[in-house]
Amino acid sequence: MTRSSLATLIGAALLVLSLPAFAIFQEKPLTDPEQEARAQELMRDFRCLVCQNQAISESHADLAGDMRAIVRERIAAGDDNDAVRQYFIDRYGDWVLLDPPLNRKTILLWAGGGVILLVGVGLIFIRMRRSTRAGAQGQTALSDTEKAELERLMREQG
Amino acid sequence: MTDSAEQGGETPARRRSRSGLLLALLPVAAFVVIGVFLFRGLSLDPSEIYSVLINKPAPTFELAPLPGKDNGLATSDLTQPVQLVNVFASWCVACRVEHPLLMELKRNGTVPIYGLNYKDQPQAALNWLRNFGDPYDRIGSDLNGRVGIDFGVYGVPETFIVDGEGVIVRKITGPITPQILQKELLPLIAEMQK
Repeated sequence: MTRSSLATLIGAALLVLSLPAFAIFQEKPLTDPEQEARAQELMRDFRCLVCQNQAISESHADLAGDMRAIVRERIAAGDDNDAVRQYFIDRYGDWVLLDPPLNRKTILLWAGGGVILLVGVGLIFIRMRRSTRAGAQGQTALSDTEKAELERLMREQG
Repeated sequence: MTDSAEQGGETPARRRSRSGLLLALLPVAAFVVIGVFLFRGLSLDPSEIYSVLINKPAPTFELAPLPGKDNGLATSDLTQPVQLVNVFASWCVACRVEHPLLMELKRNGTVPIYGLNYKDQPQAALNWLRNFGDPYDRIGSDLNGRVGIDFGVYGVPETFIVDGEGVIVRKITGPITPQILQKELLPLIAEMQK
């Protein structure tokens, strides 16, 4: 292996290794690696309110930077994850969470699909049962002339 | 249901066709319901987020004035029957749009306007006010934007209407337009000043 290809390989390896390291933003991470990991995990849960469908972990908006700083601050101050979430919910509402929580306002969102599916399955079930029952009634309700006709046909066949 | 229908002299076939009609109408009904929601959605602005702070007390804060001024802004200043807390910055282009309306309110003495100078350089803010006019009775300098975040600010300008108890009654996100001023703001202010 030549020296230059080795250098390229090492360079590529370094590049790949550095990717997961949250390198986009030059921000001061928390000194405790465990706390910093929690902070970065949480940052993926919050919506950047300026860019809306981006998490604050990946947004370049000024506000997202401030929010990242607050996440780190709250965690350094000893908040657990729920307390950090509540901090932002108190100011920006549930909308700040990318994953909407299950509550009275969002129950339709969460259960709506299942409810519509159940209604659909129920309707199909009722229809099927009704059509088999109607078929059975149809057989018993053969009129006298129909019976005579049937007998005649069967005689002809025989 | 089956029994009563038979007593009514209906044949199974007729009953079937009636329920078939109802079933055929179901997609139409679903279409109408979905259509109403989507049509309503056309006139909603997805960038406008409902504020959870409405009908809640304004956050507790105390901000220093801009340099050379002596009237900063704190929660304890929100004592008028009605006052506007206007979030602005010299870097904010849309703030220029609503600025003449704020000046008009100031000239008419309609309502006290308090400014929350959001993440601005104090000197830039002072220049801005000197150039375009200062409609504010008080200005708090929110250098790091933390009070803004406490107010749930995400897009400047934003205007909060605060009552005499210090409770946020309404929030306007984005610039105040003449239409918002005439149709919403002025009637609300008049109502609250009664």
